[in-house]
Amino acid sequence: MERHLDEEMEIVKNDLLKMGIMVEEAIQNSIEALKKQDARLASKVISDDERIDEMDNQIEEKIIDLLALFQPFAGDLRFLTTAMHINSELERIADLTVNISQRVLELSEQPMLKPLIDIPKLAARAKHMVRESIDSFIKHDEKQALDVILSDKESNQLRTMVIQELIYDYMVKDASTVTRAVPLLLLTRDLERICDHATAIAEDVIYMVQAKMVKHHRADLKKPKSQKAE
Amino acid sequence: MTKLYMESLKEKSPKSTIDQSTIPDAIQDRGKSMSDKDKQKKDSSAENTKRKELTENLKITVRNFNFYYGPMQALKNINMEVVTNTVVGIIGPSGCGKSTFLRCFNRMNDTIADIRYEGDIHIDGQHIFDKNLDVVDLRRKVGMVFQKSNPFPKSIFENVAYGMKINGVKDKNKIAATVERSLKHAAIWDEVKDRLNKSAFALSGGQQQRLCIARALAVEPQVLLLDEPASALDPIATSKIEELIHELKKDYTILIVTHNMQQAARVSDYTAFFMLGELYEYDQTNKIFTNPSRKITEDYVTGRFG
Repeated sequence: MERHLDEEMEIVKNDLLKMGIMVEEAIQNSIEALKKQDARLASKVISDDERIDEMDNQIEEKIIDLLALFQPFAGDLRFLTTAMHINSELERIADLTVNISQRVLELSEQPMLKPLIDIPKLAARAKHMVRESIDSFIKHDEKQALDVILSDKESNQLRTMVIQELIYDYMVKDASTVTRAVPLLLLTRDLERICDHATAIAEDVIYMVQAKMVKHHRADLKKPKSQKAE
Repeated sequence: MTKLYMESLKEKSPKSTIDQSTIPDAIQDRGKSMSDKDKQKKDSSAENTKRKELTENLKITVRNFNFYYGPMQALKNINMEVVTNTVVGIIGPSGCGKSTFLRCFNRMNDTIADIRYEGDIHIDGQHIFDKNLDVVDLRRKVGMVFQKSNPFPKSIFENVAYGMKINGVKDKNKIAATVERSLKHAAIWDEVKDRLNKSAFALSGGQQQRLCIARALAVEPQVLLLDEPASALDPIATSKIEELIHELKKDYTILIVTHNMQQAARVSDYTAFFMLGELYEYDQTNKIFTNPSRKITEDYVTGRFG
């Protein structure tokens, strides 16, 4: 039976999907701006954030309305509370792309410290994780969500590597590099934070599908071994 | 089923949503130090006490219970347990047997011709279908309130005093005291104390319903059966009844049949989902409404059928 609430939830889902695409684009643009030292593109990311903020408010209001009007239970309740979390996670990711773009603006005046290899890699990973986490939400796919959570470890390693390189190979050796190294260091941390938010989305998806709280229990999560035929 | 029910009850923490063991000892004990070993010992003994309490605290047990109206089987092999001083919400689509089930506990179905039952229902260890059991005694112990309020065509005072009078209580002071206590307990005293001798029909629907609850409480029952007690009431009267149920569970064990899912979610500690005469799921209320174990329960509570 198609219920009125199903239609409303479909709208929420589509809105979040749209927001997810906008956020992915913001990640993409901020990193393009970095690579090309493109101040205009960086400014565009900053100004575009207003639209995402607006969307955040609208989706949140919509979900509050649905909670009040339909008083949903069980799977419906878990869907809507999850959607509410995902909405704010996406908004925070967008804020991080603003931070990154501000660093890009700081850097655009000076020559690049070094050729960028690992930072774009981390950015691509962040974008991929956001896409996969949103995709797992849309498809109610807990396996896909689990993959996102488990892959977060690699992004942490990548960040640590980049930051150590910036500190020990540049800042420690030559103090004059600090003004160019610090913005890179900060935006590296921001990129890794994006991965964390994608992980949080994936954790919410697992709650939505299985009603299991996995956040703060990441140590318990393991990749499922190839299961025996049932 | 039984084990699950016990386990879930054990996990329930009464005053806080936070599991107390997650709070650092320093805050928990205000500086009292306790070695891990002692703590473990304490925990396991606390658990044992709790477990013992639970098995001793079962108010009602239903075992392999079947009920028939003539050739039609209305209840199929029902097994459930109710812990003392909890509220059990009974939900399910129309005709699923929930009212029939409720009426078994005070044998209200006995008045219907051609009914038959198999299996046991024990209240406080007493088999309620025992041939030697006095049904009037049972109904004194197990009070009932119906969907439509049904005060007697008497004064407010007489309505509440009626049960005591037919039970042979003569002491006027005692009757007056019990009437006052029952009306207070049913959260209606302040509204009626100045007009106790007026007709009960002069009260509003919500007040009449609370009067009926007061009348049920006057004979000091232990179990209260509520058959959609608020379905004919406006939201304010409904919320008064719900608040009342919350208060009453300190002293009574309450079974409530309701069509209003939100109401079941708000007032009950445990929820039983019935369909086509079967008990499909019986669990903590928050579990039923956030993550029911069975698909069919999920479909019902989310309004996909029913």
